[in-house]
Amino acid sequence: MQYAAPKSVQDAVELLAGEAGVAHVLAGGTDVLVQMKMGMVEPDLLVDIKHITRLKDITAEAGGFRIGAAVSGAELGEHAGVGTLWPGVVEAVELIGSTQVQGRATMAGNLCNASPAGDSVPAMAAAGAVARIAGPDGTRDCLVADIPTAPGRTSLGNGEFITSIFLPARPENASDAYLRFIPRTEMDIAVASAAVSLEFDTEGKCSAATVILGAVGPTILNVNADCLLGTTLDDAALEALAAACSATAIPIDDKRGTAEFRKDVVGVLAKRAAKIAQTRAGVTS
Amino acid sequence: MNKIHVTTTVNGDPVEYLCEPQETLLDVLRNQLRLTGAKEGCGTGDCGACSVTLNGRLVCSCLVLAAEAGGQEVATVEGIADGDNLHILQKKILEHAALQCGVCTPGILVAAKALLEKHPDPTEVEARYWLAGNLCRCTGYDKIITAVMDAAAEMRGA
Ligand SMILES: Cc1cc2nc3c(=O)[nH]c(=O)nc-3n(C[C@H](O)[C@H](O)[C@H](O)COP(=O)(O)OP(=O)(O)OC[C@H]3O[C@@H](n4cnc5c(N)ncnc54)[C@H](O)[C@@H]3O)c2cc1C
Ligand code: FES
Ligand code: FES
Repeated sequence: MQYAAPKSVQDAVELLAGEAGVAHVLAGGTDVLVQMKMGMVEPDLLVDIKHITRLKDITAEAGGFRIGAAVSGAELGEHAGVGTLWPGVVEAVELIGSTQVQGRATMAGNLCNASPAGDSVPAMAAAGAVARIAGPDGTRDCLVADIPTAPGRTSLGNGEFITSIFLPARPENASDAYLRFIPRTEMDIAVASAAVSLEFDTEGKCSAATVILGAVGPTILNVNADCLLGTTLDDAALEALAAACSATAIPIDDKRGTAEFRKDVVGVLAKRAAKIAQTRAGVTS
Repeated sequence: MNKIHVTTTVNGDPVEYLCEPQETLLDVLRNQLRLTGAKEGCGTGDCGACSVTLNGRLVCSCLVLAAEAGGQEVATVEGIADGDNLHILQKKILEHAALQCGVCTPGILVAAKALLEKHPDPTEVEARYWLAGNLCRCTGYDKIITAVMDAAAEMRGA
């Protein structure tokens, strides 16, 4: 295996595209180095993107934030602006692993690892986040929600990699939240999770709702949350949301949770996350 | 195999080594630099026994490639004491009998020091969450947390 630490996006693309064998980006390494040790991946080339300085930046852009692909969870958590604008995304990223893992893990790595249980992915998707992708044919933008295609698979082409993730501006009276269920209180993989992003009108009625589920299907799942629209998130609306989540979930049965349990708990998580997002939006019902 | 030549800083001292591309920082610290404080408990980021800091950030050295340390600043448990003078955290771990076999202790020390540098006055809950990635198979966590909270109080007073 070779290790390369290019200093520019262009050099990284050339290295990735030029490798005849298996090439992997090395961001925080908290997935790929574990997978190498377990023999699950055997890269011929690792391209460390942490020496491309602009990938370490968080920059304000068009009322939102562009987060470089080499920004660690700990760095993101320390940035006051992102946490105020998209608290649900930041809380999801901060749930990843221990303090040690936070020191290295990136959002783009969580996304490209394409685990159905990746914590930041539902939250980014609910926020309408957009990945900027560099590749042999230049730069393109793609919704984060369209990156994972199956467990361990992404829509990225040969030689392509994510350089940043853009979290857009959001209107007044809007916020988001993310909740997961794990058997322990720390350091575990989600059995089910839900991210909710809501907007409210001046009367406190919900005017837009995006609800994304994690760990209850091969990729994240988008729930039709129209039942919340025009409501103040009364009990009937929340019950309808929970039912919609349970109906959308297509979980597996395993030792960490039965399919039946996952379908049920994901609805409970969505209801609770919706209430948190509503409170954060400054709306009282 | 082409070895990689790495120049870095460990506990403030300039250090050079040759490593294989897939070798971890933990391997090089232990096997080449003979800094055996960091331990390999799991090798997969779960136990924290290999904790070091990289540019001041707490990380698992089993999940850092040795090649990645080039040009960075690494700090290990060996740098915590000042010569023969133990750090307050080390004294408190001893005083509160917060170790048995001691395999987790170097990682706990590095992690706790990083905690107190960032949050000199942590709540017990904050300390427990911060140290959740440091597993101890023998002592249990209460004594460790008591030692860390006591050290924090003494360091604030000092
Ligand atoms: C102890 C431990 C606990 C964990 N707990 C959690 C948890 O609670 N929740 C959770 O979701 N995850 C968890 N993880 C998994 C992991 O930490 C996260 O998925 C993390 O976000 C991965 O980011 P990374 O930067 O370390 O990725 P890396 O390991 O560097 O990369 C992951 C994959 O994505 C590819 N990749 C990385 N960056 C890019 C890019 N910019 N463009 C294209 N491809 C890229 C890599 O080639 C690789 O295939 C845990 C891991 C450990 C070791
Ligand atoms: S040996 Fe590194 S975390 Fe266990
Ligand atoms: S004292 Fe033995 S693992 Fe902690």
